Amino acid sequence: MEDEAFTDICGKPISLDCQSHSSFCREFIISSPKVSMGKVMVYTCSVWLLAYAVFFFTQNTAVLSGAILVTLVGMMLHIHFVKVDHESLLVIGSLGIQVSSSYASGREITTFIEMSKIKDIVINEAIYMHQIIYYLCVLLKDPSEPDAVSSVVPLFQSSKPRLNCLVKVYKSCQEILSKCQ
Amino acid sequence: MVLKIFFPQCCNRAESGLLVGRWISGHDSAVVLAVIHYPFIPGQVKQYIQQMQAQSGVELTVLGSWSLPKEGQESMESFLRDLSTIFPQQRWLQVSRQMGKMGFICEVVNRNQNGQETQQEAKKQNDDEEEEKVIFVHYEQRKVMLSQLHPTESGDPDLDTEPPSELKQVFQTVARSQPLFFLDRYDDGPLKSTHWQSEGREASIIVELLKQASVPLCVLISWLLALWTWLCSIRIFSLYPLRFLSSKLSTCVQISYRTEHMRTLSSPKPAIEHKQFMRKGNILVSFLVDVGLGVLLMSWLYRDDHIATLANMLMPAADHVAKELEELLQWLMGAPAGLKMNRALDQVLGRFFLYHIHLWISYIHLMSPFIEGILWYGGLSACLGLTFALSLLSDMVALLTFHIYCFYVYGARLYCLKIYGLSSLWRLFRGKKWNVLRQRVDSCSYDVDQLFIGTLLFTILLFLLPTTALYYLVFTLLRLVVVLFQGVLHLSVDFINSFPLFAMGLRLFRPYRLAEGVKFQVLCEEPGTALHLLMEINPLKCSTVVQLYRTPTYSCYPRDSWAALVKKLFVGELIYPWRHKSTKVD
Repeated sequence: MEDEAFTDICGKPISLDCQSHSSFCREFIISSPKVSMGKVMVYTCSVWLLAYAVFFFTQNTAVLSGAILVTLVGMMLHIHFVKVDHESLLVIGSLGIQVSSSYASGREITTFIEMSKIKDIVINEAIYMHQIIYYLCVLLKDPSEPDAVSSVVPLFQSSKPRLNCLVKVYKSCQEILSKCQ
Repeated sequence: MVLKIFFPQCCNRAESGLLVGRWISGHDSAVVLAVIHYPFIPGQVKQYIQQMQAQSGVELTVLGSWSLPKEGQESMESFLRDLSTIFPQQRWLQVSRQMGKMGFICEVVNRNQNGQETQQEAKKQNDDEEEEKVIFVHYEQRKVMLSQLHPTESGDPDLDTEPPSELKQVFQTVARSQPLFFLDRYDDGPLKSTHWQSEGREASIIVELLKQASVPLCVLISWLLALWTWLCSIRIFSLYPLRFLSSKLSTCVQISYRTEHMRTLSSPKPAIEHKQFMRKGNILVSFLVDVGLGVLLMSWLYRDDHIATLANMLMPAADHVAKELEELLQWLMGAPAGLKMNRALDQVLGRFFLYHIHLWISYIHLMSPFIEGILWYGGLSACLGLTFALSLLSDMVALLTFHIYCFYVYGARLYCLKIYGLSSLWRLFRGKKWNVLRQRVDSCSYDVDQLFIGTLLFTILLFLLPTTALYYLVFTLLRLVVVLFQGVLHLSVDFINSFPLFAMGLRLFRPYRLAEGVKFQVLCEEPGTALHLLMEINPLKCSTVVQLYRTPTYSCYPRDSWAALVKKLFVGELIYPWRHKSTKVD
């Protein structure tokens, strides 16, 4: 379980956790930084100051309760649907690959791709506005047409790690895939 | 290669015995379905397996042996190894477990064609590459048996060009092996086995009673349908005006859809395919909910004299609408919004529409004694379902606002004529002509008298444009309001018809039945044992459920995009904004 200092493409620190359950089963967990209390305080205070200003002019208490409701609902929606806590990749040789992302509220979305549909795992480049970013992706194939790539599933979309982290994961995955495909 | 063994969770603590299951060809994996306990007679075991294979159609074999020695019992390793000679297999699995430890140990005995045995052990990952590695995938047998993995196969299995994937084969094997799970521990037979139902067969009395009751019910419904179809096919109903009318009235359309649904429900064959089963379930539940809501509506309507109140409200409401329309027309005939209208045309159009309203109001007054009766009998139709009541309401609204539709058509036609005339004369004004052959505008030399008359007409039409445009605008807005209301009614009818309530209920209360995929979790490993994974079912997303299992009916959605609609309004074409798709034949 090594923990070098990795960052994502925006410079925020992330952590990579590699677990090797067996010679053909490995799990990679990339954790994003948690919700910072400072940001939460700043947003809440600004919304409430605005609400107080509006209340000062209109003298309507519905504005205040509305602001409280908006803050609470917004926070709940943010941690349930937007904020990703960690993303994991579980590679089981000759069975398949499982990709899962868990949100800050505990909700987990998991997808399992069987080995017969997987062609390869590669690092791809993409041009995103003014940047060129690298991302890890799984190439899928149709079992009836083993040579054509039917679709591409990108991994670690929310954490967006940099190339050094991706290379580590890639090398580990390729060890398993080359043996057990 | 890695050997995968799908092991049911209910057999984790089973007593020692034989593993019965199926090898999945092409994928190097095995599904364990049950454990047959010691003591047993091998001949009876073989007979039982052949019997089960014939009943279920699954290629069952004895996969190997299972050993879980209790306290005080010596291990039966050597005995179980000798069993492999009695049941000749290509591969023999010897799975063993110690009480108190979580991990299993598996030894695989391979038999060559010469009959010699070579044995390989599964050890820790530090050893050589050629050794066989084993994964134990634990699954919950009852849930996997009842679950349906999506995307489901459709049509004949012969049409599938590729073999089903490994997980699909696992699910299908467990689902088809139902006869194997009928042997429980209260049976007096010679064999004792462990599987999910070995504590006693589970069944529901309500389900069994419903199954018994459904047979005479289906017969009754199909007889009623035959009667209704005979009634509808009487010659008099296929005359043109009635047929046209019945295709326009939404009540008749709704009746035809319900007839189709009843026909699907009352078919005597039970549904074999998953999709047919879900379709039947959805139709039945939708129908029951529909009738329930309709009965609720009826109980509200016929209580406390609500019908009389409604009928008494209707007349003053119609009078009020007529008065408002008359005031609107008087306003248009004056100087509406400060615009100056052409007096003569204004008066003509205004008086024409006023007379129309007068006719309509007299017609309503004529009908007023019968309104309460009509409402009373119309409310009875709600016992067939809320959708019928809503369709009836939509039809009544269409009939009552027929005059608005007429006004709209007159205004639109007049305006459309004017616009086309104006555009054509504008071309003449500039010396051009529309070439119908080439579909383009060409220059053309006109005679002086043609130009003179054309310019005159152009001027007349241009100065009459504001008047016509205003009338057209007002009546189009009114028509749009009515169309919007009817559209809302049709959308709710369509929603009640097509929403898959049964599939949604299944997804919410038994999420394992509709599976999108699986998810794996690594169970805690102990050194010296194989890798253990827990396989759980990943249910379908709710949006996918609705999309897959929607009952196809006429879906009511806008025909044109916003841009096309605005263009049509501007030019004066008649708009029919809601498009009804015809039913797809599935």
